[in-house]
Amino acid sequence: MRYSGLRVIKEALTGHKGWKPIWRNPDPQPAYDYVIVGGGGHGLATAYYLANTFRKARIAVLEKGWLGSGNIGRNTTIIRSNYLLPGNEPFYEFSMKLWEGLEQEFNFNAMVSQRGILNLLHTDAQRDAYRRRGNAMRLAGADAELLDQAGVRAMYPWLNFDNARFPIKGGLMQRRAGTARHDGVAWGYARGADRAGVDLIQNCEVTGMRIENGRLRGLETSRGYIAAGKVGVAVAGSTGRVMAMAGMRMPIESHVLQAFVSEGLKPTIDGVITFGAGHFYVSQSDKGGLVFGGDIDGYNSYAQRGNMAVVEDVAQGGMALMPMIGRARLLRIWGGIMDMSMDGSPIIDKTPVEGLYLNAGWCYGGFKATPASGYAFAHLLATDTPHETARFLRLDRFERGYPIDEKGMGATPNLH
Amino acid sequence: MLIPHPLLGPRDSSEFSYLGDASLLDRPDGMAADAAARFHEYVHLRDNPAGVHRELWFHEQGDRSWLVVTRNTLTHEILGAELASDVKKGGAA
Repeated sequence: MRYSGLRVIKEALTGHKGWKPIWRNPDPQPAYDYVIVGGGGHGLATAYYLANTFRKARIAVLEKGWLGSGNIGRNTTIIRSNYLLPGNEPFYEFSMKLWEGLEQEFNFNAMVSQRGILNLLHTDAQRDAYRRRGNAMRLAGADAELLDQAGVRAMYPWLNFDNARFPIKGGLMQRRAGTARHDGVAWGYARGADRAGVDLIQNCEVTGMRIENGRLRGLETSRGYIAAGKVGVAVAGSTGRVMAMAGMRMPIESHVLQAFVSEGLKPTIDGVITFGAGHFYVSQSDKGGLVFGGDIDGYNSYAQRGNMAVVEDVAQGGMALMPMIGRARLLRIWGGIMDMSMDGSPIIDKTPVEGLYLNAGWCYGGFKATPASGYAFAHLLATDTPHETARFLRLDRFERGYPIDEKGMGATPNLH
Repeated sequence: MLIPHPLLGPRDSSEFSYLGDASLLDRPDGMAADAAARFHEYVHLRDNPAGVHRELWFHEQGDRSWLVVTRNTLTHEILGAELASDVKKGGAA
């Protein structure tokens, strides 16, 4: 069924009896050409592009829970392409361009809203750094605009411009950035993949890998053995656990990142504001809740919940930036498990095991990358060559000495 | 999280800063023939277990000692803490 305005009107007039489940719930077949492990945003996008763009084949997505039950359902929905380094920026701008055409392409309302992202700056040195970043973005075909204090004041007059420690002196603006409905993205890709014949297999946990003479033959799962031509692992958060089944240690630590939503408030914040110096960023959902967060907790965790110290830190950052939220009540707090890589950048690459491919290390920036990650991973799986925008995102870059270290932190995964 | 400091008793984890897996105590020999490969493993690769994890915490806002804390990464339950200098002397990390 194709969705359209006409369809909505027709269904409204006929008692909404025509809406059907938007994907099948098939049992696993004994063998597939391609198996994607992980039915989150990246896995579903990979299956979608593999089925639609590259080749018709027998494709399955294995998900241990329900579709979209991991970080695609737990993030703060920001999409942007404001990176600096040549290994990253063309990839994220490719993702931004895919976002712009996504809803038309997969015929699903992902509520992509290009409401702009503003990175605040407080010092001359930061202004220089943001000017450089903005120029790097524009060289890669993205948009960027350096605002002075008056420019920021015109947009957000209620910010605390005279904070003694971090007075706001301007900001780097990307107007094409914004937000998207995170679940809608997963559902849209799932529906599109299912329509292209992909088997989306839920409640199917991978428990082992059958590897013979350095080649992956198939996967042991909670629903039986599944033979596979090629396997793509896209399980950010659990990468270490899954890749350990292939005997590999990863350049990744799993950390918890918390996110917060306030009670619904009147429309106040048009776009996304980041206050990096105060470890705080915020946007406002269409329902009115302030959606905000800060840093990861900083210790290895698989718990999907964090501790009070970071809650306090984020709340203090918010109060420093916008004192008016002091009496807003917090509605929800939750945590997600981040694949923190050693340089803060992701991995889309083959592995030393033939037939096993890896998509991992998204740190806390995986959501915005969903379309390009799926596209580039599908490209790699189908052609055995990296997509041109993802050719630096190699697994062996640490060993070779070519990290993509946006923050210049070195191999300290809890600081990226 | 409260960390049971072996000298100071229970201390809030926010007094500490975190480094990572306690295997970082075992620094490879830089003069060994395969030093480059071993340092790659030492610096970049992690076991990253879901469950019991031995890890280094630095009591930065306290007595500035390094601790090896044993903690469950699935529940955040802390199972024990030792002085890293004792662990190092014992030879096992």
